[in-house]
Formats: sequence, C-alpha cells, structure tokens
Amino acid sequence: MSGPVAEESRPAPDGRAAGERIVDEQDSGDPRPGGRADGGPADDGAVDDGPGADPSDLDLFRPRTPVDDRWFDDDAGPVVRLYSMTRGRTRPVEDGLFDLISLVTAADPAPAAGAVPAHVLDPEHRTILAWCRRGPLSVAELGSYTDLPVSVVRVLLGDLYDAELISVTRPVPLAELPDERLLRDVINGLRAL
Amino acid sequence: MDSVRSDLPVTAAAPVPGSAPGRAAPAAQSGDPRWRGGPAVAVKILVAGGFGAGKTTLVGSVSEIRPLRTEEELSELGRPVDDTAGVETKRTTTVAMDFGRIDLKPGLALYLFGTPGQDRFWFVWDELARGALGAVVLADTRRLADCFPSVDFFEQRGIPFLVAVNCFEGSEVFAPEEVRDALDLDPDIPVVLCDARLREDGKEILVALVEHAAVRRRSAGPAGH
Repeated sequence: MSGPVAEESRPAPDGRAAGERIVDEQDSGDPRPGGRADGGPADDGAVDDGPGADPSDLDLFRPRTPVDDRWFDDDAGPVVRLYSMTRGRTRPVEDGLFDLISLVTAADPAPAAGAVPAHVLDPEHRTILAWCRRGPLSVAELGSYTDLPVSVVRVLLGDLYDAELISVTRPVPLAELPDERLLRDVINGLRAL
Repeated sequence: MDSVRSDLPVTAAAPVPGSAPGRAAPAAQSGDPRWRGGPAVAVKILVAGGFGAGKTTLVGSVSEIRPLRTEEELSELGRPVDDTAGVETKRTTTVAMDFGRIDLKPGLALYLFGTPGQDRFWFVWDELARGALGAVVLADTRRLADCFPSVDFFEQRGIPFLVAVNCFEGSEVFAPEEVRDALDLDPDIPVVLCDARLREDGKEILVALVEHAAVRRRSAGPAGH
C-alpha cells in the first residue's frame, strides 16, 4: 500500500505552497495525525477526499484544483511507511558509526548541486542534509528535528555517508574516558553557564 | 518530475532549518563558525530515576533549549503496566528519550539524556550508557524505591553517578544521609538535595557529578596521561 500512496503524496510539478497553507488552516484543530508508523492507513484515506470534505472552509479556498487539494507532510499523516524510507533496511551500512551523540556535519565543501543523481536522495535524505549544513548535530538531534525514529535516521545517514555528503565524528570511546582535561573543560563550561 | 519530487517536500516539511521557532536556536548555535574550526567533541550525561521523578524537568532547566525528544522504534509491549500510584500530576509515559544540549564552549557539546522511566526499556539504557561521563539518579522521596534499579544499573556498569533528591512541594524532606542509608549507597557516592526546576540546582548537580567522576578517575590511577 505504501507504494501507491507515496506516489499520491508527491506534489505534481506545479504543486504550490498554497495547497499546503490551506491544509494547515483546515486542520489546525487537529493534532498531528497518527503516530509514526502506526498512524498511516486511516489517515491516508482522507488525503484525497476532495473538495467538500469540510464545508465550513470552502468559500475561503475556492477555486481548488485537484492538484491543490492535497495534504502535504505532517498534515497528511505518515503516508510513507518508515521502512519504505529505508527500503526495508534496519541498519546502516556501517554499524556503530552513528551513536546517539555522533556529530554529523555536511561535507565541506558541499558537492555541487546535481552532482548526486536525484534518484539517490529521497526527501528525507535532503531534509537531514539540510540540517547537517547548519553545523555539527548529533544523531539524536537529527532524529528530533526530522521527527523520524533514530533507527531510520541512522539508515538514511548511512546512505549520505556512503555518498560522501556528510562527515561524522564519533564520541570519545569509553576506554579513553574520562580524560582529565575533558572533565575540567566540562566543569568549567557548566560553571560558566 | 524527479527534481520537483525531491525538492518540494523538503521545503514544505517542518524541519527546514531555522524555520520553526523552537528549532532555530540549536541550529544557530551550532552554526557558529568556530564550530567548524576545531574537532567537535560531544559528551553525555544521563539523567535517570523513577517515573515522574523530574528527569525531563532537570534536562530542560539546565539546557539552553527546550528538551528535545527522539524515539527509538518501540512496540507497545509494556503500555499497560505503568504504575502511577503516588504520582498524581504526570499522566504521559516517556517512551521516548528526552534530551537537551548545552554548548559548553566552541567544539564541546554536552548532551543530557533522560532515560526512559520504565524497566522494560533496559536495551535503550544500555545504548545510552555507552560512553557516558556519568549519571544523575533523581530520587523522589515519596517513591524512593523507584530509583533502586537506576542505582543498580550504574553501580554494575561502573558508571560514575550521584543521587539528587528532587524536593517536591508537599513531600517530606529527608537529610541526604537518610537517603544514602535508605538506598544503601557507598560512602563516596554524592547525595544532594535539589529542586529540578531550578537551573542553578541543575548546574550544581552536574558540576558535582563531573567532579565525582574526576575524583574516581584519579583514584583509579593515572591512566591516560
């Protein structure tokens, strides 16, 4: 089911932000639909209910074309199964690289746009990459910001790593902890807060 | 088709860097150009304790940003077994990890991870504990026994920890020594009283913990120098 639904959720070439805003307002009283992997099927059905689904808002938003009448992203609920994003993989290529506090940064210099074939990167890859461009972020932070489970983020990061689009700094291994100077830095930093 | 399919969802999705108010702060901090200069080091401290002991409160009071939440994929295995007796105000179960980030200086970030409050998430604890500087065990004197599992966990793994007694309003106040006795702690384990809502208290707890870790390191020998 995830295949065809995912197709529907993709904006057509002329899909525009207007459709997204409409949905936002229409849906404003509603918490984020569903919960991750479980929330999909019931919500998916609502995506293409068509004009007239909510009569109270119709005047504001006419005319609506079929293209506009779509829910995007959070509004539409999780239309893509989590394991579709990872194509069924549950582990990144290199296990252990992506600790919760491994710091991820977009590769510098960033490859020229279009250097990586478009079919390699899914929207979720690009979202993660966009965050990584802001500076070092932990795997845990990336999970939080992208609203994806850490296990999914790890797989997607593995793809980005293989494509040499990110660099990763693993945390200091346990055996080398605690370094006296590091502890001192932490204490001083905390005191200075 | 391809380029549109790939680009538009990203810009339409919530996590465009800097676009969501609550999410702009960490990105801006870490966007500090100095970050790129030196090697970035991340350390973590765990905040453990019983259900409703104030873990997320502590994480939030010390972090510069509101606590973030991330999830491992967990089934609904243990949902019916939450014991909320005596915990009147907390209704939701933490099935995810709440965490905060503190930038201590350029290139050094401290992450605080609240551990999931139920025993059935031990496998998450194991991952969280890997490489941790230490742990704060928050104790609620109304349900002191709740922090036994945390104390056992860190003792067994040799992870430096201290016990911070979160002084809830309306609960009886105990002296640290009474708590130490009740928990049967080794004499060198620090026990401190705190109000997890207060930033200063949170800072002092963390400083005390890291100092404790430093003392333990010294007593363990000069390895590493």
